[in-house]
Order: sequence, then structure tokens, then C-alpha cells
Amino acid sequence: MTLKFSKDHEWINAADANAAVVGITVHAQDALGDVVFVDLPEVGALFAQGEVAGVVESVKAAADVYMPVAGEIVEVNEALRADPSLANSDPLGAGWFFKVKLSDAGQLAALLDETAYNDFAANS
Amino acid sequence: MSAMSDALLTTPLNALHLELGARMVPFAGYSMPVQYPTGLMAEHQHTRSGAGLFDVSHMGQLRLVGPDAAAAFETLMPVDVIDLPVGKQRYGLLLTDEGTIIDDLMFFNRGADIFVIVNGACKAGDIAHIQARIGQRCEVIPMPECALLALQGPQAAAALARLVPGVDKLVFMTGGAFDWQGTDLFITRSGYTGEDGFEISVPGTQAEALARALLAQPEVKPIGLGARNSLRLEAGLCLYGNDIDTTTTPPEAALNWAIQKVRRTGGARAGGFPGADKVLAQIDNPASLAKKRVGLVALERVPVREHTELQSEGGQKIGEVTSGLLGPTVNEPVALGYVAPAFAAIGTRVNAIVRGKAVPMEVRATPFTPANYYRG
Repeated sequence: MTLKFSKDHEWINAADANAAVVGITVHAQDALGDVVFVDLPEVGALFAQGEVAGVVESVKAAADVYMPVAGEIVEVNEALRADPSLANSDPLGAGWFFKVKLSDAGQLAALLDETAYNDFAANS
Repeated sequence: MSAMSDALLTTPLNALHLELGARMVPFAGYSMPVQYPTGLMAEHQHTRSGAGLFDVSHMGQLRLVGPDAAAAFETLMPVDVIDLPVGKQRYGLLLTDEGTIIDDLMFFNRGADIFVIVNGACKAGDIAHIQARIGQRCEVIPMPECALLALQGPQAAAALARLVPGVDKLVFMTGGAFDWQGTDLFITRSGYTGEDGFEISVPGTQAEALARALLAQPEVKPIGLGARNSLRLEAGLCLYGNDIDTTTTPPEAALNWAIQKVRRTGGARAGGFPGADKVLAQIDNPASLAKKRVGLVALERVPVREHTELQSEGGQKIGEVTSGLLGPTVNEPVALGYVAPAFAAIGTRVNAIVRGKAVPMEVRATPFTPANYYRG
């Protein structure tokens, strides 16, 4: 399973549809600068696609984290809460934000693939 | 880039910023470096441990010339201008006729003139105001031909003295004219970071050469406006437009320290500045204040940003945060804000309402980090 990307600069790895991993993109963390705080959702919370599920803050700015797909939060990254700089140092790996049980796997198809996202990010 | 950015001004260091890989943002009408590739946190820490070079050429520089300049300038501010000795710098505040703050500034008695540095976003208005109010009594001469560099940090003196011998003899809030390879510099030992350091007025044509010479020193790295903001906030220094503006008076802004006794009630030159009746009444009767600026620290690790509402523990609105971020050196969320005077005492607990949730904060003394000025 490859990564899919939202136009809100989240990535999702839905290799496991019951625990799809979500984080912010390399482009997003670069635009924010040094991340110093994350506000993560509660496990068990239900979100619609595009709803605000969390917050990521650098010293200079705060940004919302949007749900790339609808679903239920099944796990959050406590290591990221303890060390928000993981969002900078390893945004696609150890800096993941939360895992989602997908409500509608069909929503994945409308997300961007890596090439399309990089193109979008370069021009946004 | 949008059409807006085409209209932005640039400083004489623009090409150098781009060469260094800076992220440029619009600020005060200029395209300015907000950070370099090392990032805000590293830049902040470097300024606290080494020496950071800032381009602050967007700020306004001007000269007031004539035998009556000091007396005239004193009519615009609640501070002692007349008795400032030659060779010394002081903090000043331009006030409206209602006693609220038009801008904060630094002024320096150079003997032959008064050298003034004002905020970039305010400079056109300030110069017009000064010209209109006292232009009959002295010459008001803007200095757009000059750039302004700041070199800040505990190693700033060693680095700058290698290029400009003698600057290390200056103490905090003094300065003088220096020569660097045939270029006239005017250097003050002051800044906006809470650290020891210097501000260097240099002809724009020579600014890039001087900046490159400073960056060639092993202690010196370029620092963007992002770190400038986090450094000044940890130092407890106001940012005009956030923490002070035309809705705040000096006593409300906790800036009474900037108003020398000679201009206060009972002083030899009491009053005689715009809004004096109101400002002096507030100093003489602090209980009359509607709000007061305080330092705040969040007791949870949640940054509390400008415009965040402050409430009493009972849930009543008591004020608002005007600047706030996670301080990279203090490693906790710090803020400046205004509260009702009953909540201004050090140690008072209040709540900041962040995304609908109450984050407990405590009123703290500023600066949040100890100042590190060189007083000789």
C-alpha cells in the first residue's frame, strides 16, 4: 500500500483499513517550521472527512490537522505528544499523528498520489 | 507569488538573504527573512549562546537637528530627552493626545543631532507626526539611505570588536561613531533580544559587505524575524502592534519605568506631553487603570497565542493575550497580555481559553529569561 495525500497536507497509509496511519507531509512540516506542540484527538472519537481532528503548532504558527477520510480514531501517537519535533525529523514515520478505522474506504480513491500531491504542494 | 509581493520593498541585504536560503515573508511593507534553513529554534538558541546577525533595515532611522531639537522632541514623549547626556541612548514613546501609544522608539544624543530609530510599520506615520508637531522647531531628516544590522548574543562583542576595534568598550545603551574600512558606522550597544549586543547603522551601499564580514566570523550566524520575535518575547519586550498600540497608555502597558521622574507629577518638567493629564493621573492613581499588561506562563505545555481570551478561574472574561509562544529557551509557553488590575499580581492564576478548553496560566514577572546586558 502506498501513501495517499490530501490537499490539506496530510498523508494516509491505509494498508490496514482498521488502523490507517495519518500524519502531516514533509511539505507541511517544512512550511510550519519547528513543531513544538500537537493536540491529538481522543481515541474513540468519530470524524467526518475534512473535519479538524488535531492541531500542530510551531513557534511561529498553529495549523489544524484535518481528517483525510472519515473514520474513528483507534490510536494516537503518544511519542509525538511527548516529542513534537518528530513531526519535523520523521514526518512520514515516527512523526505520525493517529490511526483511523475507515468508515468508507472508497474515499481513498479521491485522494492524491505522491506525484500529484508534490505537484500540488509545489504550486500552492 | 501574488501581485501584492511585487510591491514589497527590499532591504540592501535582499540578495544575501536569498543566497543564504532564507524564507522571505512580507513584513512592514518589506520582503524580510523570517528564518534561514537552520530554523527558528536553532537560530533562537544560537543568539542566546553565540552571536546572531539580524537585518532590521525595515526600521525607520531619522535625525533631529537644531539647538531646539531635544526640547521639541520632549513635547511628543513622556520621557526625559533634554537631560540625556551626549553618547547615551534611551527608550521613548510617541503618544496621541489621548495618551495612547503611537509608537515606541530608541533615541540617542549624538551631540550634533538626536538619532532616532522607530518601528518599520510605523515609520511613515511617525515621521509625518514628528514633522507636523515639531518640524518648525528642528529639522526632521529621514535616513532611508541607511541600513540597520543587529548583532546580538554573548559572543557579539568579541565578533564585532575583531572588525571594529573599540566597540567592546561601549556599555549598554551607549554608542558612538566608528570606522570600518573607510565606511562610517554608528553603533549602539543595545537590541531587542535580552542579550548583550549591538545595533549598527551603516550606509545601504556598504551593508552587504559588512554583513558578509560579520557572517565570516566563527561566532556569527544569520537570524530571521521569527527568532527575533521569540527572543524579544522571552525578554519581556513589547512588540508594537501586538502588545502596545493606540488603545494602550504607558501605565496600562506597564511602561512607567520609561517615564522619568522629571516628567511626572511633582517633577521639574512635569507633563507637557500629549495626553499628560490622563497618563499622569493613571500613574498617580494606579487603581484607576482599566487594564494592565502582565507576563503569563501556561502551566500546561500548550502555546497560548495572541487574541486568546483570558478568564478568571470563575469563568469571567478578564483580558486577552497579545503575544504568546512556546519560549525556546525557557522551554515553556510564555505570553504577554492585558488583564483587569485585580488579576495583575505576580502569582495570580487565570485561564486562557484555547480551542474551547481552559489552559491554566500564572502571572509571572518579566523578563522570562534573565537579561544579559553589558553594563561594564
